[in-house]
Amino acid sequence: MILAHFWLAFAGFGAALPLGAWQMYIRSPLHGWISDPDWYYRSVTAHGTTMAYVFPTLIAMGFGYFVAEAALQRPLIGLRWAWLGFWLVVVGTVTAIVPVALGLASVLYTFYPPMIGSAFYYIGVVLVVVGSWIWVALMGINMRRWKRDNPGTPVPFPMFATVAGAYLWGWTAVGAALELLFQIIPAALGLSRTIDAGLARVFFSWTLHAIVYFWLMPTYIAYYTILPRAIGGRLYSDAMGRLSFILFLVVAMPIGVHHLFADPEVGSGFKFLHSVFTALVALPTLLTVFTICASVEIAGRLRGGKGVLGWLAALPWRNPVMLGAALSFVMLGFGGAGGLINMSYQLDSTIHNTQWVTGHFHLIFGGAIVIMYFVIAYELWPHLTGRALDSLGLMRAQLWTWFVGMIVLTFPWHYVGILGMPRRMAFYDYGDPVIAAQAASVTMSVIGAAILLVSGALFFIVLARGHAAPRTEPPAYRFSIAVRPPRTLPAALNGFGLWLSLMIALTLVNYGFPIAHLLTTPGTAVPIVTMGARR
Amino acid sequence: MTPEWSAILRSKWFPASVGLTAGVAVAGILVGFVWLPLADRNEQFHSVWDAICSAAGLIQNPAREPVVEATYPTTRVELTPQMLRGASAEAIGRGATLALRCTMCHGARGLSKADTPNLAGQYAVVIYKQLMDFKTGARVSAVMAPLVSDLSDQDMRDLAAYYAYLPRVPVSLPAAAPQIVASGAPLRGIAPCGACHGDLASKPGAAWLEGQPLDYLRTQLQDFASGTRRNDIDEQMRNVARGMTATEIDAASRFYAGLPGPAARAAGAAIVAASKQH
Repeated sequence: MILAHFWLAFAGFGAALPLGAWQMYIRSPLHGWISDPDWYYRSVTAHGTTMAYVFPTLIAMGFGYFVAEAALQRPLIGLRWAWLGFWLVVVGTVTAIVPVALGLASVLYTFYPPMIGSAFYYIGVVLVVVGSWIWVALMGINMRRWKRDNPGTPVPFPMFATVAGAYLWGWTAVGAALELLFQIIPAALGLSRTIDAGLARVFFSWTLHAIVYFWLMPTYIAYYTILPRAIGGRLYSDAMGRLSFILFLVVAMPIGVHHLFADPEVGSGFKFLHSVFTALVALPTLLTVFTICASVEIAGRLRGGKGVLGWLAALPWRNPVMLGAALSFVMLGFGGAGGLINMSYQLDSTIHNTQWVTGHFHLIFGGAIVIMYFVIAYELWPHLTGRALDSLGLMRAQLWTWFVGMIVLTFPWHYVGILGMPRRMAFYDYGDPVIAAQAASVTMSVIGAAILLVSGALFFIVLARGHAAPRTEPPAYRFSIAVRPPRTLPAALNGFGLWLSLMIALTLVNYGFPIAHLLTTPGTAVPIVTMGARR
Repeated sequence: MTPEWSAILRSKWFPASVGLTAGVAVAGILVGFVWLPLADRNEQFHSVWDAICSAAGLIQNPAREPVVEATYPTTRVELTPQMLRGASAEAIGRGATLALRCTMCHGARGLSKADTPNLAGQYAVVIYKQLMDFKTGARVSAVMAPLVSDLSDQDMRDLAAYYAYLPRVPVSLPAAAPQIVASGAPLRGIAPCGACHGDLASKPGAAWLEGQPLDYLRTQLQDFASGTRRNDIDEQMRNVARGMTATEIDAASRFYAGLPGPAARAAGAAIVAASKQH
């Protein structure tokens, strides 16, 4: 079942990756203006829906089920429900992608009401979310049952972190679910002719930012629980890890209004408040950077590294997990620095809605996060298939090309954003002197996209070779052990009751008034714009 | 209460976490809702409460800046995608009777020979909106105004249903659409004509243009550009037409009229010249 989740996730990734490269090419100076921009928006919608909803959700689900079995060392409770969740995601994905392919829902994965596409598209997305909510419930139930059977014992850290990610997703998906169920789907079904687009954007922002942290969770879990063990070291601090995930849970959620800095329907006070809490996300991020660097240093010193920097040279750089995590950290650093600009109320205005934003989330998600998805796959595949994955050279080549490709893709992308190039356009007039200088940067991005395509192909070759390898009997899976594994923990660090309460309370403080205000203000609805209607 | 909760409530984690979170929230609220608005010299608030309301997004004193009213009649039609869908046979029949008064210019079956628009197969919302605009004076025409003055709202809906029901004029457009039609002019903020008027996509209220008379199309674009015609919602067409060059206006009009563009004409002239030489 876990393998099914991973294969479906990577199948979606494999299908959506060429679309991304094609989009980069079609709007670059290497290609003439596209004759029908709808094809571009169809492709963007399919690429975004698959890469943002289907791919990371399935990775989080599959990895979560794996952690639940391997960390709790017992079979998953609710296997049939897990299959139901999986099939809901499958059916939802097909239901959503077919209208997109037919050109009936070119609304981009962020929906953008008052544009309204085929109802099937939104219903498909809802099914994917419902399938993932089954996973959220199963993660909570499995941890709860384990705690009941092991009173007083700390929940294994990998499980604790996974459940944090699950609860984060469970609550953050509510915003988009409200938007879809009460606003967009009624409009798509013809039950209402107008929509409060401002309110819809506020609901979506509830989901839009924390979803990134949901994507990030498997990556962070891999940093903490896979990397130190894989390089022969130990996790520097178990408690620090728990604290990081708790902080993510509490402050990552109620911050999405920083996506609406240019929107008139939300007051500036709330924009500032969300900016403050977005800044607080730096805390768990920096805690993680510190803990992981310390853990890696422990490994380096255990391997004989001496001196201030000598431990760096002693690290097993040929190990794909080490290499992938290091490259991920570099991209996380650059992406995080760019993110500080996005979340600053004033600085944001210089890059709002430009290509900078697209560059930013590709660097963070496509770069720092997805490269660790590859590492997770390389790490788990032998345990899921019972066959060794031994193309180490190919793995390193794949990780390096992904890193280089992503840098070559996104750095010029950021740069043209600073020059003011708007995003979400199917073609640009590079012949005009105003933007002619941007042509070279966009061309560089196309080269980056091509490198990423090669890297994606290498990834599938590595996995395919693994499936063809002879059967082996891998030893029981082990996660990293902390320098001082906790024997007992304060109740606050062994459960989520307190933190979920804080998360919900903060959501009410940060979102309650804007939503109530928009709900009660008359005259805020606008006529819907049906997409893909008659020609 | 579960033992876990009672342990949490007794521990130092509870006051510390709640206190820190609430502290950050309160500090953020004070700065964002009181200090920053009051420090903004562009805003003159009467009281702290005014500043807080403004930061919360409440509209303060909406009458402070007078609403600028247009000095001319503007369109009053609100369009939605579902508008006028599913006309009944009775409506079409009534429309056909009413349309007898239109045949002089717009043809017996909605196909014009007088450089007036072909109405056959036109979207119902388009017909309805233009009739309404002629009636309210939002669109000015000395010919149309007296003809619509006695039409009721239902009459206009029926006329719209009738003309939408008629088959369109068969027209073969030139194979290659001019750039302004297919791609617009991105740097001048001009969307492709086809993005609203068919070919690429269509938007409610945007007319079906294929096969309309060349003179009519060109005149309308020129009128939008000069501001003579101003019944477009939110100045959409005026903004587009103002940014178009005379060549682009000509190219778009010729394309939708089903006539070859300047390039094709030049090629044709070259062939004629070459044949004369032989």
